Amino acid sequence: MTTTLEQPAQTTSQEPAWLAERRASGLEQFKNLPMPTAKDEKWRFASVGRLSIDNYNPAEAPGIDKLSVLDKRSSLVSERAGRSVYVDDTQAAFEGISEELAAKGVIYLPIDEAVEKHPGLMEKYFLKESTELGSKKFFGLHAASTRAGAILYVPKGVTIEAPFVNYYWTSGDRSAVFPHTLIVAEDNAYVSVVDVFFSEGDQNEALNVAVANIHAGAGANVFRKVVQDWNDKTVSFQLDTTVAERDAQVKNVAVNIGAERARYEAQTRIEGPGADVKMYSLTVAEENQEFDQRTYQIHNAPNAVSDLLYKNALLDSSRTIFSGLIKVAEGAQQTDAYQTNRNLLLDPSADANSMPGLEILANDVKCSHGATSGNVDEEELFYMMSRGIPKRAAMQLMVFGFFEEVIEKVASDELAENLRALIHKKFDAKLSQPT
Amino acid sequence: MSDTDLQNEAIKVDTEKGNFSYPENYEFDAGVGLTEDTVKYISDVKKEDDWVREFRLKALEIFKKKPMPTNWATKDLETIDFDKIRYYLSKGQQPSRTWDEVPDDVKETFERLGIPEQERKFLAGVEAQFDSEAAYSRMKEDLEKEGVIFVGSSEGLQKYPEIFRPYFGKVIPASDNKFAALNSATFSGGSFIYVPKGVKLKQPLQAYFRINAENFGQFERTLIIADEGAELTYMEGCTAPKFETSTLHSAVVELVALKGAKIQYITVQNWSDNVFNLVTKRGMADEDAEVKWIDCNIGSRLTMKYPGVVLKGQRARGEVLSIALANDGQHQDTGAKMMHLADNTTSNIISKSISIGKGQSTYRGQVHMPKHLKNCKNNTECDALLINTNSRTDTYPAITTRGQHNTVQHEASVSKVSAEQIFYMMQRGLSEAEAMSLAVNGFVNDLMKAFPMEYSVELKRLIDMEMEGSVG
Repeated sequence: MTTTLEQPAQTTSQEPAWLAERRASGLEQFKNLPMPTAKDEKWRFASVGRLSIDNYNPAEAPGIDKLSVLDKRSSLVSERAGRSVYVDDTQAAFEGISEELAAKGVIYLPIDEAVEKHPGLMEKYFLKESTELGSKKFFGLHAASTRAGAILYVPKGVTIEAPFVNYYWTSGDRSAVFPHTLIVAEDNAYVSVVDVFFSEGDQNEALNVAVANIHAGAGANVFRKVVQDWNDKTVSFQLDTTVAERDAQVKNVAVNIGAERARYEAQTRIEGPGADVKMYSLTVAEENQEFDQRTYQIHNAPNAVSDLLYKNALLDSSRTIFSGLIKVAEGAQQTDAYQTNRNLLLDPSADANSMPGLEILANDVKCSHGATSGNVDEEELFYMMSRGIPKRAAMQLMVFGFFEEVIEKVASDELAENLRALIHKKFDAKLSQPT
Repeated sequence: MSDTDLQNEAIKVDTEKGNFSYPENYEFDAGVGLTEDTVKYISDVKKEDDWVREFRLKALEIFKKKPMPTNWATKDLETIDFDKIRYYLSKGQQPSRTWDEVPDDVKETFERLGIPEQERKFLAGVEAQFDSEAAYSRMKEDLEKEGVIFVGSSEGLQKYPEIFRPYFGKVIPASDNKFAALNSATFSGGSFIYVPKGVKLKQPLQAYFRINAENFGQFERTLIIADEGAELTYMEGCTAPKFETSTLHSAVVELVALKGAKIQYITVQNWSDNVFNLVTKRGMADEDAEVKWIDCNIGSRLTMKYPGVVLKGQRARGEVLSIALANDGQHQDTGAKMMHLADNTTSNIISKSISIGKGQSTYRGQVHMPKHLKNCKNNTECDALLINTNSRTDTYPAITTRGQHNTVQHEASVSKVSAEQIFYMMQRGLSEAEAMSLAVNGFVNDLMKAFPMEYSVELKRLIDMEMEGSVG
């Protein structure tokens, strides 16, 4: 491999021994593990031949003008409890929390500051959890290289209504970024976070290896939203994990629009009874985009609920892969777990692959999964046309109707409106062409 | 007795019916282990043409090169020691046409299993295989007059090469997987059936496979060709006695349904729980043709079997209906494959599994609709019933869709026997074991209805008998 990523950028501050060790072992993992191959079950259907991480360099700091321009463009959510903006892994803005929240013990800091000021907290949670879904190699690279990202800690019983919003931009060419979001919600805390992934323009080729870890304590409520709209020259990995303790509620809604190819791994581990985890995703794919989605709902405790809904709409020669697994461990009785993957194929060349899986080791459970792939329903289309709606408009209505089930779940009018605008920007031209 | 033990008792499957064996005295024995010489020995004994011998030797090379399917398959596969298996055993008999000619111990074996009785009742023809070779083969005379061929595969190769050869190894090439290669190198026995144009068999044909010898591998090879517009139903049953050491059954079954033909292939197997049952089954359906697999797996230590249909012609139809029962210590790794290769093709998969104790049932499926097909449909339903708190079931479907107006839907669910149902039945005077047995039968009942009547009765009797055996 000729990549320069094996020599990650040196940190400016002195890192503690535990972190240096995690970074070193991450680098070893990256160097020693082989690249995935077509024979690897965890990469089934993925075009691993197109997966090249060679020739990217750790991102260089952009100029001050660029930082300020992109800071201004980071405006998807107006009301917020905190906001951070990173461009090419360089901090462009970090709006900290109010004194009131600080007084309650809430922590919202960039990684390096958090490591310096809260070493105990960081040693306990930072870079500790990785998915088991096939990307250990890339997690290793992330662990070695990540410097940009926001750490959020919410103490017991603290409720924060407004969301924290983290923007991660790329602008440099052939540059690699490693955004990291860590959310620790202690018992009965309530918090929401929006992570946004954008490219400055259409031209820069970038590699993104992002990780987000959520730890939801007993009775905690964590709501995370992801907006991904990289340009179509970006290769993206997003490796997310959630750990939910007793009675925790975690909801994750991801809207994926961009990237040349994007691999999204989402793993949820339920460790306490009464937990309730929702995993929702909407992906809109066009041209030669490939979205590779791997999910894992692990039930290690009884009486818990998990629900997953992944919807993909495919245009042109785009591809999607959904591989999901529900695992119910022995003893996790009264588990209630669902998993649904729906693919809407809008072009004969589009390619949807679906592998909804179950591994059940307890008998008193309600587990089911479903997958459907199909085109726009001709009858519905005919019905609308017979009511005077032109065909193109009818198609649009049906496609946006398909999206809406997930968009509504972000539960914010402003964000939902902005997401609709992003999707319209991408699809209006396509859908208004004669079919 | 705890609830769990009671439940265990209730549906413990009885494999005792087939648990007997006769002293081994074989005229032909290829010895232990697999080399080129083993393969040549089999070919010599069978006096095969050169092309068959070359086919076998080439397959042996492929077998040696192919890795075990270990990246997803169970580790138990690795315990198979190919050097300790006997690959060919036969008494040197030609298949008898009358029951009286069958050697006494073989005859007795099949009589205990009820084979001739069934034939008298409702079969159009029957073939019985004892270890490597067919021991008995008979078909109703009127069918023979219509040109129907039903013989052992060796006889088929010798007498009807012009029909056999063009299709042999075409639906399942030797390179398909390691066990298909193994079968291609060592195959012996199995059935060859040809049904001429337009002939519709009203009664089913049946084959019965029996493993008698210890440490033995049975590698039967079946090829069924239904010519244009022909229709047939074929049923196979399998048993083996319990031996201390494991036994390997690795069959290859190829079905060819030409334009408008219909083939229905029914398997009920009740192997003893030390048999590795690693089978490749695939059908090819031409225009307007239909291939239907009905597959019931009750015994064996590990079954890996995914019957498939290649839907090659327009409007072809494929179906897999399966029932698997995994008892303690067993793994039923079964499923289905549907490869849609033409417009307007449809397929249906319904799979039901029951896991008892630490028994593990796995559904593995593949539905493939490649490039630019139009109006194809697949429907898949998988239901798993878990009996004990630590029973296990897995579902791993893989679905690929492209093209216009194609639809695929997959649904799976997992459930347990409802405690209320059991309570209700016990209130009405059934024992807990009987209630459990009834509930399990209810679970598979709607699928049984899809079976031909005679067979559904037989299968139900088999399940009932096995359930009853453990009551009280």
